Amino acid sequence: MERHIQLPITRETARTIKSGESCLLSGVIYTARDAAHKRLCELLEAGRPLPFDVKDATIYYVGPTPAKPGQVIGSAGPTTSYRMDAYSPMMIAAGETGMIGKGKRSAEVVAAMKEHGAVYFAAIGGAGALLSSCIKKAEIVCYEDLGAEAVRRLTVENLPVVCVIDSEGNNLYETGRSAYLATL
Amino acid sequence: MREIQASVLTDAVAKLCIEANCVLPCDVKRRIEDARKNEPWETAQGILDKIIENYGIAEANTVPICQDTGVCCVFLKIGQDVHICGDLRSAVDEGVRRGYAEGYLRKSVVKDPLRRQNTGDNTPAMLYTEIVPGDALTVTVAPKGFGSENMSRLAMLKPSDGVEGVKAFILKTVEEAGPNPCPPVIVGVGIGGTFDKAAYLAKKALMRSTDERNADPYYAGLEAELLEKINALGVGPQGFGGRTTALAVNIEWMPTHIAGLPVAVNINCHVTRHKTVEL
Repeated sequence: MERHIQLPITRETARTIKSGESCLLSGVIYTARDAAHKRLCELLEAGRPLPFDVKDATIYYVGPTPAKPGQVIGSAGPTTSYRMDAYSPMMIAAGETGMIGKGKRSAEVVAAMKEHGAVYFAAIGGAGALLSSCIKKAEIVCYEDLGAEAVRRLTVENLPVVCVIDSEGNNLYETGRSAYLATL
Repeated sequence: MREIQASVLTDAVAKLCIEANCVLPCDVKRRIEDARKNEPWETAQGILDKIIENYGIAEANTVPICQDTGVCCVFLKIGQDVHICGDLRSAVDEGVRRGYAEGYLRKSVVKDPLRRQNTGDNTPAMLYTEIVPGDALTVTVAPKGFGSENMSRLAMLKPSDGVEGVKAFILKTVEEAGPNPCPPVIVGVGIGGTFDKAAYLAKKALMRSTDERNADPYYAGLEAELLEKINALGVGPQGFGGRTTALAVNIEWMPTHIAGLPVAVNINCHVTRHKTVEL
């Protein structure tokens, strides 16, 4: 019932993940929110290298709470994704294949996902305490000055996510709601 | 005249910041658990189970329920026979500073909305004061996440729009928000007053226990009707479909101008946090 996915996700694998599929992700992902995306895209626009390899990378839109002593990371649930819509098409074109967040995406992001082969997952918003238990290692890659918004490299084990929008543009936010309403 | 040292207020705010962020109020928990029992859609049931598991972990380990530990809204009801010895604003901000540091809470406030430099300590608090009779000081700390705050809306309707216009605006706001504010949501509504008062009332409505309905039966009926209509939208937990789109609708109202009908909708997520203490 849940599909185990070993990261990184290639373009080919991305095209096999379907909207509505529950997945457990294991491997390395990177974190980035608004401020980090802005800086990353400024580098891409200037034709300069990114501080991490974006090819086949999965980016988690999260700003965790500080780790308590003995913790790997604090609470770490997804933030709302549409704020990254201005940047995601450029990130996808540069090699990003997976995005983890919550909430709607723009038509431009979906078009880039279809063109290049990328997938949009949602993690449960507001379940940060639960999700942090899947994060086994966390280290800052860059932009430490941004605090919670710094880019981190996370090693995750069985991170539970649902594919909301797939590389064909199918969207669980539309199909899930209509399927439920059809039962009434 | 009763004197309260500013340091007492600081201590209270610091403690409330941590408690509010780690322990979900009992009424909200009950609403989520009841919603789980009445949820017919399987995907939605699974999500509500995870939400329940999450706030259990947070409470047991004193860790934040959600990583967005919010901008810190502090409501003070200050008895008119109370004198606070020291600077009130600094006392509250010091409480936020300490609570967010000692509680390992996220610092999510930028100093300037356009130049966007993080203040590093989650100050300043969003401070709301109300002068009331008596000699008590009541402190409520309500961390507010911005996933839901961003989905909040305000409309200056016409008197001719009437109650139907108000209902349509509230439903449209919740439907357009869809999955973004982390449903199931709690909907705070402010009706009347002025442009700014309506927004304040909507925020204040979110401070009320979901067990408590509006004292006026007309508005209590409106709350019940809107909750039913919102839960017929089918958005569901996290927007994946289902019955449970909202847990409660709380309305506050006040007199307004003959020419106006202001309505504000302040959306809060399933992690609706607030904790109150009387000093």
